[in-house]
Amino acid sequence: MAQAIQLLVGTRKGAWIYRSDQHRQAWSVEGPMFLGQIVNHFVRDPRDGRTMLMAASTGHLGPTILRSVDGGATWAEAKRPPAFPKGDPHGRSVDHSFWLEPGHADEPGVWWAGSSPPGLFRSADGGETWDGVEGLNQHPQVMAWFPPEGGTPDGAILNQILIDPRDARHMYLATCSAGVLETRDQGATWRPLNQNVRCDFLPDPYPEFGQDSHYVALAPSDPDRLWQQNHCGIYRLDRPGERWERIGEAMPKDVGDIGFTIVPHARDRDTAWVWPMDGTEVWPRTSPGGRPAAYRTRDAGASWERQDRGFPAEQGWFTVKRQAFCADRADPLGLYIGTTGGEIWMSGDEGASWRQIAAHLPEIYSVAAVEAA
Amino acid sequence: MIRVSIPSQLIAYTDGATRVEAEGATVGGVLDDLDRRYPGLKFRVIDEQDRIRRHVRIFLGQDEARRTDAAVRDGGELLIFGALSGG
Repeated sequence: MAQAIQLLVGTRKGAWIYRSDQHRQAWSVEGPMFLGQIVNHFVRDPRDGRTMLMAASTGHLGPTILRSVDGGATWAEAKRPPAFPKGDPHGRSVDHSFWLEPGHADEPGVWWAGSSPPGLFRSADGGETWDGVEGLNQHPQVMAWFPPEGGTPDGAILNQILIDPRDARHMYLATCSAGVLETRDQGATWRPLNQNVRCDFLPDPYPEFGQDSHYVALAPSDPDRLWQQNHCGIYRLDRPGERWERIGEAMPKDVGDIGFTIVPHARDRDTAWVWPMDGTEVWPRTSPGGRPAAYRTRDAGASWERQDRGFPAEQGWFTVKRQAFCADRADPLGLYIGTTGGEIWMSGDEGASWRQIAAHLPEIYSVAAVEAA
Repeated sequence: MIRVSIPSQLIAYTDGATRVEAEGATVGGVLDDLDRRYPGLKFRVIDEQDRIRRHVRIFLGQDEARRTDAAVRDGGELLIFGALSGG
Protein backbone atom coordinates (compact mmCIF):
# COMPACT_ATOMS: atom_id res chain seq x y z
CA MET A 1 0.00 0.00 0.00
CA ALA A 2 1.70 3.19 -1.15
CA GLN A 3 1.56 6.04 1.29
CA ALA A 4 3.57 9.25 1.48
CA ILE A 5 4.80 9.93 5.00
CA GLN A 6 5.78 13.01 6.95
CA LEU A 7 8.27 12.65 9.77
CA LEU A 8 7.96 15.33 12.44
CA VAL A 9 11.37 15.55 14.07
CA GLY A 10 12.06 17.33 17.36
CA THR A 11 15.65 17.83 18.42
CA ARG A 12 17.71 19.49 21.09
CA LYS A 13 18.24 22.39 18.67
CA GLY A 14 15.03 22.82 16.70
CA ALA A 15 12.55 20.93 14.54
CA TRP A 16 12.47 19.54 11.02
CA ILE A 17 9.89 17.90 8.76
CA TYR A 18 10.93 15.13 6.36
CA ARG A 19 8.52 14.25 3.54
CA SER A 20 8.61 11.09 1.48
CA ASP A 21 7.28 10.17 -1.92
CA GLN A 22 4.47 7.62 -2.25
CA HIS A 23 6.92 4.75 -1.91
CA ARG A 24 8.83 6.11 1.09
CA GLN A 25 11.98 6.09 -1.03
CA ALA A 26 12.87 9.72 -1.73
CA TRP A 27 12.81 12.19 1.15
CA SER A 28 12.88 15.99 1.15
CA VAL A 29 13.53 18.16 4.15
CA GLU A 30 12.00 21.33 5.51
CA GLY A 31 13.75 23.17 8.31
CA PRO A 32 15.20 24.00 10.62
CA MET A 33 12.20 25.44 12.34
CA PHE A 34 12.79 27.28 15.62
CA LEU A 35 16.53 26.69 15.42
CA GLY A 36 18.00 26.50 18.90
CA GLN A 37 14.74 25.71 20.65
CA ILE A 38 14.73 22.46 22.61
CA VAL A 39 11.85 20.52 21.08
CA ASN A 40 10.95 17.55 23.23
CA HIS A 41 7.88 16.54 21.27
CA PHE A 42 6.41 17.45 17.88
CA VAL A 43 2.96 15.99 17.18
CA ARG A 44 0.15 16.34 14.61
CA ASP A 45 -3.50 15.99 15.57
CA PRO A 46 -4.86 12.84 13.90
CA ARG A 47 -8.41 14.17 14.27
CA ASP A 48 -8.04 17.11 11.88
CA GLY A 49 -4.72 16.32 10.20
CA ARG A 50 -3.72 20.01 10.39
CA THR A 51 -3.07 21.08 13.97
CA MET A 52 0.54 20.59 15.07
CA LEU A 53 2.00 21.22 18.50
CA MET A 54 5.59 21.41 19.69
CA ALA A 55 6.75 21.29 23.30
CA ALA A 56 9.55 23.86 23.26
CA SER A 57 11.94 25.65 25.54
CA THR A 58 15.43 27.06 25.23
CA GLY A 59 18.56 26.93 27.31
CA HIS A 60 17.75 30.36 28.72
CA LEU A 61 14.02 30.91 28.49
CA GLY A 62 11.05 29.23 30.07
CA PRO A 63 8.87 26.70 28.31
CA THR A 64 6.15 27.22 25.80
CA ILE A 65 3.91 25.39 23.35
CA LEU A 66 4.20 26.27 19.68
CA ARG A 67 1.07 25.76 17.56
CA SER A 68 0.24 25.51 13.91
CA VAL A 69 -3.31 25.11 12.63
CA ASP A 70 -2.32 24.85 8.96
CA GLY A 71 -0.11 21.80 8.85
CA GLY A 72 3.08 23.63 9.77
CA ALA A 73 2.86 26.54 7.31
CA THR A 74 2.57 29.14 10.07
CA TRP A 75 3.21 28.97 13.81
CA ALA A 76 2.24 30.93 16.91
CA GLU A 77 2.85 30.55 20.61
CA ALA A 78 0.17 29.22 22.94
CA LYS A 79 -1.58 32.07 24.76
CA ARG A 80 -1.34 30.28 28.11
CA PRO A 81 1.22 27.43 28.17
CA PRO A 82 1.12 24.69 30.83
CA ALA A 83 1.92 26.12 34.26
CA PHE A 84 1.24 25.20 37.85
CA PRO A 85 -1.02 27.60 39.72
CA LYS A 86 0.59 30.64 41.25
CA GLY A 87 1.03 29.83 44.92
CA ASP A 88 1.23 26.10 44.24
CA PRO A 89 1.56 24.45 47.69
CA HIS A 90 4.64 22.57 46.49
CA GLY A 91 6.21 25.62 44.86
CA ARG A 92 6.43 23.95 41.47
CA SER A 93 6.99 25.65 38.17
CA VAL A 94 7.06 23.95 34.79
CA ASP A 95 10.62 23.60 33.52
CA HIS A 96 9.55 22.07 30.23
CA SER A 97 6.71 20.18 28.66
CA PHE A 98 7.87 16.72 27.64
CA TRP A 99 4.91 14.93 26.09
CA LEU A 100 1.94 16.13 24.03
CA GLU A 101 -1.06 13.88 23.47
CA PRO A 102 -4.05 14.62 21.23
CA GLY A 103 -7.25 13.84 23.13
CA HIS A 104 -9.79 11.14 22.44
CA ALA A 105 -11.40 11.04 19.00
CA ASP A 106 -14.73 12.05 20.58
CA GLU A 107 -13.18 15.20 22.08
CA PRO A 108 -11.92 17.38 19.23
CA GLY A 109 -9.74 20.21 20.41
CA VAL A 110 -8.72 18.47 23.63
CA TRP A 111 -5.00 17.96 24.17
CA TRP A 112 -2.98 16.71 27.12
CA ALA A 113 0.57 17.59 28.16
CA GLY A 114 3.03 16.03 30.58
CA SER A 115 5.76 18.16 32.11
CA SER A 116 8.93 18.32 34.16
CA PRO A 117 8.60 18.45 37.10
CA PRO A 118 5.81 15.92 36.68
CA GLY A 119 2.49 17.57 36.01
CA LEU A 120 -0.53 16.85 33.85
CA PHE A 121 -2.19 19.63 31.87
CA ARG A 122 -5.24 19.76 29.62
CA SER A 123 -6.25 22.08 26.82
CA ALA A 124 -9.79 22.26 25.46
CA ASP A 125 -9.00 24.68 22.63
CA GLY A 126 -6.47 22.91 20.49
CA GLY A 127 -3.47 23.80 22.64
CA GLU A 128 -4.06 27.54 22.87
CA THR A 129 -4.64 27.62 26.65
CA TRP A 130 -3.82 24.98 29.27
CA ASP A 131 -5.02 24.16 32.77
CA GLY A 132 -3.57 21.83 35.36
CA VAL A 133 -5.35 18.55 36.09
CA GLU A 134 -5.75 18.98 39.82
CA GLY A 135 -6.74 15.35 40.41
CA LEU A 136 -3.13 14.46 39.71
CA ASN A 137 -1.18 17.67 40.31
CA GLN A 138 -2.68 18.14 43.78
CA HIS A 139 -3.15 14.45 44.62
CA PRO A 140 -2.37 13.69 48.30
CA GLN A 141 0.37 11.33 47.13
CA VAL A 142 1.83 13.62 44.50
CA MET A 143 5.09 14.41 46.25
CA ALA A 144 5.58 10.74 47.14
CA TRP A 145 4.98 9.78 43.52
CA PHE A 146 7.15 12.61 42.19
CA PRO A 147 9.79 13.52 44.79
CA PRO A 148 11.76 16.63 43.81
CA GLU A 149 15.03 14.74 43.94
CA GLY A 150 13.75 11.89 41.77
CA GLY A 151 14.06 11.67 38.06
CA THR A 152 16.23 11.81 35.01
CA PRO A 153 19.37 13.94 34.47
CA ASP A 154 17.11 16.51 32.76
CA GLY A 155 14.67 16.45 35.68
CA ALA A 156 11.76 14.32 36.81
CA ILE A 157 9.17 13.84 34.09
CA LEU A 158 5.63 12.82 33.45
CA ASN A 159 6.82 11.31 30.23
CA GLN A 160 3.75 9.87 28.59
CA ILE A 161 -0.04 10.08 28.40
CA LEU A 162 -2.11 7.29 26.86
CA ILE A 163 -5.85 7.31 26.18
CA ASP A 164 -7.99 4.23 25.74
CA PRO A 165 -9.49 4.64 22.25
CA ARG A 166 -12.72 3.01 23.53
CA ASP A 167 -13.19 5.26 26.54
CA ALA A 168 -12.00 8.86 26.89
CA ARG A 169 -12.19 8.56 30.68
CA HIS A 170 -9.70 5.69 30.81
CA MET A 171 -6.11 6.91 30.69
CA TYR A 172 -2.63 5.81 31.66
CA LEU A 173 0.44 7.86 32.52
CA ALA A 174 4.05 6.73 32.33
CA THR A 175 6.30 8.49 34.79
CA CYS A 176 9.94 8.39 35.85
CA SER A 177 9.31 7.90 39.55
CA ALA A 178 5.82 6.45 40.05
CA GLY A 179 5.81 4.00 37.16
CA VAL A 180 2.44 3.65 35.47
CA LEU A 181 -0.63 5.41 36.87
CA GLU A 182 -4.20 4.71 35.74
CA THR A 183 -7.40 6.72 35.87
CA ARG A 184 -10.91 5.66 34.88
CA ASP A 185 -12.49 9.07 35.47
CA GLN A 186 -10.35 11.19 33.15
CA GLY A 187 -7.92 12.31 35.79
CA ALA A 188 -10.03 12.87 38.90
CA THR A 189 -8.53 9.83 40.66
CA TRP A 190 -5.39 7.81 40.03
CA ARG A 191 -3.80 4.58 41.18
CA PRO A 192 -0.45 2.91 40.50
CA LEU A 193 -0.38 -0.01 38.07
CA ASN A 194 3.02 -1.55 38.65
CA GLN A 195 2.58 -5.09 39.95
CA ASN A 196 5.66 -7.23 39.26
CA VAL A 197 7.62 -4.38 37.65
CA ARG A 198 11.11 -4.42 39.09
CA CYS A 199 13.03 -1.51 40.63
CA ASP A 200 16.71 -2.45 40.75
CA PHE A 201 17.45 0.88 42.38
CA LEU A 202 15.20 0.67 45.48
CA PRO A 203 15.51 -1.48 48.63
CA ASP A 204 12.14 -3.07 47.86
CA PRO A 205 12.57 -4.28 44.28
CA TYR A 206 8.82 -4.58 43.69
CA PRO A 207 7.22 -1.49 45.26
CA GLU A 208 3.70 -0.24 44.66
CA PHE A 209 5.26 2.75 42.88
CA GLY A 210 8.74 4.09 42.30
CA GLN A 211 9.37 2.50 38.91
CA ASP A 212 10.84 4.41 35.99
CA SER A 213 8.51 3.64 33.10
CA HIS A 214 10.45 4.83 30.10
CA TYR A 215 7.72 4.08 27.57
CA VAL A 216 4.30 2.41 27.48
CA ALA A 217 2.30 1.65 24.33
CA LEU A 218 -1.19 0.30 23.80
CA ALA A 219 -1.39 -2.17 20.92
CA PRO A 220 -3.41 -0.29 18.27
CA SER A 221 -5.24 -3.48 17.34
CA ASP A 222 -5.97 -4.38 20.98
CA PRO A 223 -5.92 -1.54 23.53
CA ASP A 224 -6.11 -4.08 26.35
CA ARG A 225 -2.54 -5.09 25.52
CA LEU A 226 0.07 -2.80 27.10
CA TRP A 227 3.74 -2.95 26.21
CA GLN A 228 6.30 -1.32 28.50
CA GLN A 229 9.98 -0.56 28.10
CA ASN A 230 10.95 0.11 31.68
CA HIS A 231 14.24 1.30 33.15
CA CYS A 232 14.53 -2.28 34.44
CA GLY A 233 13.27 -4.47 31.63
CA ILE A 234 10.65 -5.09 28.97
CA TYR A 235 7.12 -5.92 30.16
CA ARG A 236 3.66 -6.79 28.82
CA LEU A 237 0.31 -6.50 30.54
CA ASP A 238 -3.00 -7.81 29.21
CA ARG A 239 -5.94 -6.07 30.85
CA PRO A 240 -8.01 -6.52 32.86
CA GLY A 241 -4.94 -8.20 34.35
CA GLU A 242 -2.94 -6.26 36.92
CA ARG A 243 0.38 -8.08 36.89
CA TRP A 244 3.04 -7.19 34.32
CA GLU A 245 5.06 -10.02 32.82
CA ARG A 246 8.76 -9.45 32.18
CA ILE A 247 9.00 -10.51 28.54
CA GLY A 248 12.51 -9.08 28.28
CA GLU A 249 13.82 -12.22 29.96
CA ALA A 250 13.74 -13.79 26.49
CA MET A 251 16.17 -11.21 25.07
CA PRO A 252 19.79 -12.34 24.48
CA LYS A 253 21.69 -12.05 27.74
CA ASP A 254 24.57 -10.11 26.15
CA VAL A 255 22.12 -7.49 24.90
CA GLY A 256 19.76 -7.31 27.84
CA ASP A 257 16.35 -5.73 28.00
CA ILE A 258 17.13 -2.13 28.90
CA GLY A 259 16.06 0.65 26.56
CA PHE A 260 13.99 3.79 26.23
CA THR A 261 11.17 2.83 23.93
CA ILE A 262 8.88 0.16 22.50
CA VAL A 263 6.79 0.27 19.31
CA PRO A 264 3.80 -2.00 18.73
CA HIS A 265 2.67 -3.12 15.29
CA ALA A 266 -0.32 -1.21 13.93
CA ARG A 267 -2.27 -4.38 13.08
CA ASP A 268 -0.67 -7.36 14.83
CA ARG A 269 -1.19 -7.41 18.58
CA ASP A 270 1.66 -9.89 19.12
CA THR A 271 4.35 -7.87 17.33
CA ALA A 272 6.48 -5.08 18.77
CA TRP A 273 9.97 -3.64 18.44
CA VAL A 274 12.47 -2.40 21.02
CA TRP A 275 15.77 -0.60 20.71
CA PRO A 276 18.09 -2.03 23.38
CA MET A 277 20.76 0.06 25.04
CA ASP A 278 23.63 -0.74 27.35
CA GLY A 279 22.45 -0.64 30.95
CA THR A 280 25.46 -2.38 32.48
CA GLU A 281 27.93 -1.03 35.05
CA VAL A 282 27.80 2.79 34.70
CA TRP A 283 24.93 2.72 32.20
CA PRO A 284 26.56 3.91 28.97
CA ARG A 285 23.10 4.05 27.32
CA THR A 286 24.67 3.23 23.96
CA SER A 287 23.94 0.44 21.50
CA PRO A 288 25.18 -2.71 23.26
CA GLY A 289 28.70 -3.55 22.04
CA GLY A 290 28.59 -0.68 19.56
CA ARG A 291 26.39 -2.77 17.28
CA PRO A 292 23.06 -0.98 16.77
CA ALA A 293 19.99 -3.13 16.23
CA ALA A 294 16.27 -3.26 16.73
CA TYR A 295 14.74 -6.41 18.22
CA ARG A 296 11.34 -7.69 17.20
CA THR A 297 8.95 -10.07 18.85
CA ARG A 298 6.12 -11.65 16.88
CA ASP A 299 4.85 -13.84 19.70
CA ALA A 300 4.00 -11.30 22.40
CA GLY A 301 7.48 -11.39 23.88
CA ALA A 302 8.10 -15.13 24.09
CA SER A 303 11.02 -14.70 21.70
CA TRP A 304 12.95 -11.87 20.03
CA GLU A 305 14.84 -11.61 16.75
CA ARG A 306 17.67 -9.24 15.96
CA GLN A 307 17.14 -6.80 13.06
CA ASP A 308 20.38 -5.04 12.20
CA ARG A 309 20.74 -5.21 8.42
CA GLY A 310 21.92 -1.81 7.22
CA PHE A 311 23.18 -0.53 10.55
CA PRO A 312 26.93 -0.27 11.29
CA ALA A 313 28.29 -3.73 12.13
CA GLU A 314 30.61 -2.20 14.69
CA GLN A 315 31.54 1.14 16.28
CA GLY A 316 27.98 2.43 16.30
CA TRP A 317 27.38 4.00 19.69
CA PHE A 318 24.14 5.94 19.34
CA THR A 319 20.92 5.18 21.08
CA VAL A 320 17.27 6.12 20.62
CA LYS A 321 15.31 8.15 23.15
CA ARG A 322 11.71 7.74 24.29
CA GLN A 323 9.79 9.57 21.56
CA ALA A 324 12.30 8.84 18.79
CA PHE A 325 11.16 5.39 17.58
CA CYS A 326 7.87 5.10 15.74
CA ALA A 327 5.95 3.26 13.06
CA ASP A 328 3.63 4.31 10.29
CA ARG A 329 0.47 2.39 9.42
CA ALA A 330 1.36 1.37 5.88
CA ASP A 331 1.55 -2.24 4.70
CA PRO A 332 4.30 -3.29 5.01
CA LEU A 333 4.76 -1.21 8.10
CA GLY A 334 7.48 1.46 8.08
CA LEU A 335 9.70 1.97 11.10
CA TYR A 336 11.67 5.12 11.93
CA ILE A 337 14.32 5.94 14.50
CA GLY A 338 15.99 9.21 15.38
CA THR A 339 19.30 8.80 17.13
CA THR A 340 21.21 10.64 19.80
CA GLY A 341 23.81 11.19 17.05
CA GLY A 342 21.38 13.15 14.89
CA GLU A 343 20.62 10.47 12.31
CA ILE A 344 17.27 9.23 11.02
CA TRP A 345 17.02 5.64 9.88
CA MET A 346 14.02 3.89 8.39
CA SER A 347 12.87 0.42 7.48
CA GLY A 348 10.24 -0.09 4.81
CA ASP A 349 10.01 -3.82 5.42
CA GLU A 350 9.07 -4.11 9.07
CA GLY A 351 12.63 -4.05 10.31
CA ALA A 352 14.21 -6.59 7.97
CA SER A 353 16.51 -3.90 6.57
CA TRP A 354 17.33 -0.33 7.48
CA ARG A 355 18.75 2.69 5.69
CA GLN A 356 19.82 6.13 6.80
CA ILE A 357 17.66 8.92 5.42
CA ALA A 358 19.16 11.88 7.33
CA ALA A 359 22.35 12.67 9.21
CA HIS A 360 24.11 15.54 10.95
CA LEU A 361 21.06 16.77 12.81
CA PRO A 362 21.27 17.72 16.49
CA GLU A 363 20.45 15.07 19.09
CA ILE A 364 17.00 13.79 18.21
CA TYR A 365 14.34 13.75 20.92
CA SER A 366 11.22 12.80 18.96
CA VAL A 367 10.13 11.38 15.64
CA ALA A 368 6.45 11.07 14.68
CA ALA A 369 5.35 9.46 11.42
CA VAL A 370 2.11 10.79 10.00
CA GLU A 371 0.43 10.30 6.66
CA ALA A 372 1.11 13.17 4.28
CA ALA A 373 -1.82 15.55 4.06
CA MET B 1 9.14 55.39 31.92
CA ILE B 2 11.71 52.61 32.15
CA ARG B 3 14.24 51.89 29.44
CA VAL B 4 14.48 48.13 28.87
CA SER B 5 17.29 46.23 27.19
CA ILE B 6 16.04 43.11 25.39
CA PRO B 7 18.45 40.18 24.86
CA SER B 8 18.75 38.34 21.56
CA GLN B 9 16.76 35.42 22.99
CA LEU B 10 13.66 37.64 23.22
CA ILE B 11 13.78 39.84 20.13
CA ALA B 12 11.38 37.50 18.34
CA TYR B 13 8.76 38.98 20.68
CA THR B 14 9.76 42.63 20.10
CA ASP B 15 9.95 42.55 16.31
CA GLY B 16 13.72 42.71 16.56
CA ALA B 17 13.92 45.67 18.93
CA THR B 18 16.74 45.48 21.46
CA ARG B 19 15.74 48.66 23.31
CA VAL B 20 12.15 49.34 24.33
CA GLU B 21 10.36 51.39 26.93
CA ALA B 22 7.88 50.23 29.53
CA GLU B 23 6.00 51.35 32.62
CA GLY B 24 6.07 49.81 36.07
CA ALA B 25 7.12 50.31 39.67
CA THR B 26 8.71 46.87 40.10
CA VAL B 27 10.53 44.36 37.94
CA GLY B 28 7.31 42.32 37.77
CA GLY B 29 5.30 45.42 36.88
CA VAL B 30 7.64 46.28 34.02
CA LEU B 31 7.43 42.71 32.73
CA ASP B 32 3.64 42.81 32.97
CA ASP B 33 3.65 45.94 30.82
CA LEU B 34 6.01 44.31 28.32
CA ASP B 35 3.80 41.21 28.23
CA ARG B 36 0.78 43.30 27.31
CA ARG B 37 2.60 44.57 24.25
CA TYR B 38 4.61 41.42 23.54
CA PRO B 39 2.37 38.52 24.61
CA GLY B 40 4.21 35.53 26.01
CA LEU B 41 7.45 37.35 26.80
CA LYS B 42 7.01 37.41 30.57
CA PHE B 43 6.56 33.65 31.02
CA ARG B 44 9.80 32.98 29.19
CA VAL B 45 11.60 35.16 31.79
CA ILE B 46 9.60 34.67 35.01
CA ASP B 47 8.03 31.40 36.13
CA GLU B 48 4.53 30.92 37.51
CA GLN B 49 5.79 31.38 41.08
CA ASP B 50 7.23 34.79 40.15
CA ARG B 51 10.80 33.52 40.21
CA ILE B 52 13.30 34.81 37.68
CA ARG B 53 14.24 31.81 35.56
CA ARG B 54 17.52 30.11 36.27
CA HIS B 55 19.33 31.15 33.12
CA VAL B 56 17.96 34.66 32.92
CA ARG B 57 19.51 37.60 34.76
CA ILE B 58 17.88 40.98 35.29
CA PHE B 59 19.76 44.13 36.26
CA LEU B 60 18.52 47.52 37.37
CA GLY B 61 21.34 49.67 36.15
CA GLN B 62 24.45 48.03 37.58
CA ASP B 63 22.61 46.10 40.31
CA GLU B 64 21.21 42.62 39.81
CA ALA B 65 17.55 42.17 40.68
CA ARG B 66 16.87 38.76 42.14
CA ARG B 67 13.18 39.21 42.85
CA THR B 68 10.28 40.42 40.79
CA ASP B 69 9.13 42.76 43.56
CA ALA B 70 12.37 44.75 43.36
CA ALA B 71 11.52 48.43 42.97
CA VAL B 72 12.30 50.14 39.68
CA ARG B 73 13.17 53.82 39.60
CA ASP B 74 11.22 55.91 37.12
CA GLY B 75 13.59 56.94 34.36
CA GLY B 76 15.88 54.02 35.19
CA GLU B 77 17.10 51.14 33.12
CA LEU B 78 16.18 47.45 33.31
CA LEU B 79 18.47 45.06 31.49
CA ILE B 80 17.52 41.46 30.70
CA PHE B 81 20.30 39.00 29.85
CA GLY B 82 20.37 35.38 28.81
CA ALA B 83 22.95 33.95 31.18
CA LEU B 84 25.19 30.95 30.56
CA SER B 85 23.06 27.88 29.98
CA GLY B 86 25.17 25.08 28.58
CA GLY B 87 26.00 23.77 25.11
